[in-house]
Amino acid sequence: MITFKIDGREFKAEKGQTILQVARENGIDIPTLCHHEAIEPYGACRLCIVEISRGGRSRIVTSCLYPVEEGLEVKTGSPRVISNRKMILELLLARCSKNSVIRELASHMGVEQPSFKSEYLEDNDCIVCGLCVRACEQVVGVSAISLVNRGITKEPASPFLESALACIGCGSCYYICPTGAIKMEDRGDIRIIHNWKVEFKLKKCRVCGDYWAPEKQLEYIRTKWGLPEDFFDICPTCK
Amino acid sequence: MSNKLCSKQDLEALRKELVNKQQSNKPRIAICNGTACHPYGCVKVIEAFESELVKRGLKDKVSLKATGCHGLCERGPIVLIEPGDIFYQQVKSEDVPEILDETIIKGNVIDRLLYTDPIAGKKIVQQSAVPFYQKQERLILGNNIEITPTAIEDYISTGGYSALAKALFEITPEQIIEEIKRSGLRGRGGAGFPTGAKWDSCRKAPGDIKYVIVNADEGDPGAYANEGLLSGNPHSVLEGLIIGAYAIGARQGYIYVRNEYPLALANMTAALNQAQELGLLGGNILGSGFNFNVRITRGGGAFVCGESTALMASLEGRVGEPRAKYVHTVEKGLWDRPSNLNNVETWSNVPVIINKGADWYRTLGTDGSKGTKIFSLVGKINNTGLVEVPMGITLREIIYDIGGGIRDGKKFKAVQTGGPSGGCLPESLLDLPVDFDELTKAGSMMGSGGMIVMDETTCMVDIAKYFLTFLEEESCGKCVPCREGIKRMRQILDDITEGKGNEEDIGLLERLSATLIDSSLCALGATAPNPVITTIRYFKDEYEAHIKERRCPAGVCKALIHYYIIEEKCPGCGLCVKACPEVAITFMGKKKPVVLDESKCIKCGACYDVCKLEAIGKE
Repeated sequence: MITFKIDGREFKAEKGQTILQVARENGIDIPTLCHHEAIEPYGACRLCIVEISRGGRSRIVTSCLYPVEEGLEVKTGSPRVISNRKMILELLLARCSKNSVIRELASHMGVEQPSFKSEYLEDNDCIVCGLCVRACEQVVGVSAISLVNRGITKEPASPFLESALACIGCGSCYYICPTGAIKMEDRGDIRIIHNWKVEFKLKKCRVCGDYWAPEKQLEYIRTKWGLPEDFFDICPTCK
Repeated sequence: MSNKLCSKQDLEALRKELVNKQQSNKPRIAICNGTACHPYGCVKVIEAFESELVKRGLKDKVSLKATGCHGLCERGPIVLIEPGDIFYQQVKSEDVPEILDETIIKGNVIDRLLYTDPIAGKKIVQQSAVPFYQKQERLILGNNIEITPTAIEDYISTGGYSALAKALFEITPEQIIEEIKRSGLRGRGGAGFPTGAKWDSCRKAPGDIKYVIVNADEGDPGAYANEGLLSGNPHSVLEGLIIGAYAIGARQGYIYVRNEYPLALANMTAALNQAQELGLLGGNILGSGFNFNVRITRGGGAFVCGESTALMASLEGRVGEPRAKYVHTVEKGLWDRPSNLNNVETWSNVPVIINKGADWYRTLGTDGSKGTKIFSLVGKINNTGLVEVPMGITLREIIYDIGGGIRDGKKFKAVQTGGPSGGCLPESLLDLPVDFDELTKAGSMMGSGGMIVMDETTCMVDIAKYFLTFLEEESCGKCVPCREGIKRMRQILDDITEGKGNEEDIGLLERLSATLIDSSLCALGATAPNPVITTIRYFKDEYEAHIKERRCPAGVCKALIHYYIIEEKCPGCGLCVKACPEVAITFMGKKKPVVLDESKCIKCGACYDVCKLEAIGKE
């Protein structure tokens, strides 16, 4: 067990746990955007920064990645953390000036307007946190999409910006996206994910007649787990 | 040369044989075949020497070597002749017959090919008397003039691989690490982490499989120090790597070279093959029982791949994106195994330390920075080239004594060390010693070896904008502060240089800088503000002139300058009329001043450059 402090309170944690894990287990609020507990931490949004010290000089680290250490002192809301976090929110707000999630998060931290000239503000929904790509790879296991390009042009995309052939239409990307940047809709017996230029036929439940999941997704699961052919003929509600 | 060397004695016997073969009174000609001399036509010069020697029946009587970079790239191609230490510069293939007839056969010096000291204006015969070389300490680069990079025989005959033999047979891995620690060697890639401590951590890290890596992804604009070493003396890097692998306990090494370095790639590949053939690489090296293999990986040219974790991701075949280093790469690096990565120059310091000892090595340099450092000295300076200086030398000595001062009699304004993430230091800091800690204190950094000299015609705001534009394009885009922050900083600098800046801009730049330094994921973002911070710190007046007076004091920022005709000086020669791409200047007849239509002027400066009578003004 490792003993360390967050905001002056002492905690015990397992070796290998991150600061964020311990903080959240104990009800300490640290904001995040690119973090999801089902997925490997990535450290892209930098919102979860905290100030750490162990005796000597303090420094800023991302709590989602930093493993707890014996004797570590963590501050989640020091002036240095707050001023950095505010600037990060200003940067996100400048990119996603109309996105309600970002606006709300920024407002919560007291940032209503970024300090940059209004003509430079952009209307983007994606913050390039990569959760969609990482969920597709680490949770779904199909890697239908990836982050493409570099720097300011980096974005999640389907291969060659064409229809994502490997996509099974499960919608994990849509559900996990923290800012609603992925546009998905179920229209009758069709599911469309606009970002990846894909359309899927939905399976009809033999009992209730509802269209309840993409046929390709169900086939993927059925094959992967060796389930009988009629396994998904009835929807979970009717089962 | 295909007999494998099976012991230390074999190696020493081969060395003896090679040295005996070379010992003769033959005149020696060493021609620089480095990358920078290639566009000057050094290959033609080498070919001319080869054919002219044959014509004169001198082929076996003269030793001819196409070597790596000699350093004084400004004056290439360089030809060095022994005996006599005769230094010929800017040699063309047409000069070759005369060099052979006059210098080699008759022993006369050809005045025309000698170097003229830009300050004293005197011609100099010997290389050792050329001021460019006098204050250098060419510990690592010095052998470049002695060896053909693709000939392992040359390397061995100058003492090569003796440090490896010593490491394998005379001292233990722990002693090697102790020696490196004691030498005070610090990483030459830029951050200056103590090399011995890094090796020690990697050796002690749990795990059977470990890796050693050469970082040869030199990506700073204007820097080619690693290139000169890799292409000029590849075996010195390789020998260091093998010693390091042995000390750390690695059996596999990687050399990550950017693909834009074809000569370095070719020479390094040749070096690997030769070392393998001789049994200096591969299984049971020199009969010691130590096995070690090396592979070369070519980088695609992303600047961020010089960052260790991004480089390792790239080596694994993934996108070159850095990750947090809270768990160090010496514990979990390439494929999550303990990995020790060092810069090209760091590795090539290793054989020197093992051979000459830490005590000797420690005599070079300052308290905190030992040994020498190679810089690519470029920019508005008379002697551009690769220089190797003892740590602790002042910037003034490098720029004025070695570099020969500023070009065209202009005034020095700033020097940037450390590449795009380094800082611009002003004249008042010229006496700063070149030392990891001193440079960092001044807001710059050692970096991997770029040194760009700027004169009075450089606008410091424009320079900051240039580096930020470079970094904006080279950011991997993973983390928010770097991706979004550099872009916003660049936009603010754009505005300032276009006369649209306001008084809050400097404060905003400083606030952005603080966040990038604190919260970026890797060093690219964390050091990106350096050019902005140092130019604000040392050249604030220029920022203020742009913002408050809408004026660019250096006359660089197009939106803030205008050109005009100084009528009393203009004889109406019409040169500028022809030069103007926008037809903005009208010819009014002979002996009448021309007329400039400012509404058409795109401020390209073509008229200003072409006018010999200074009849065109700029303000």
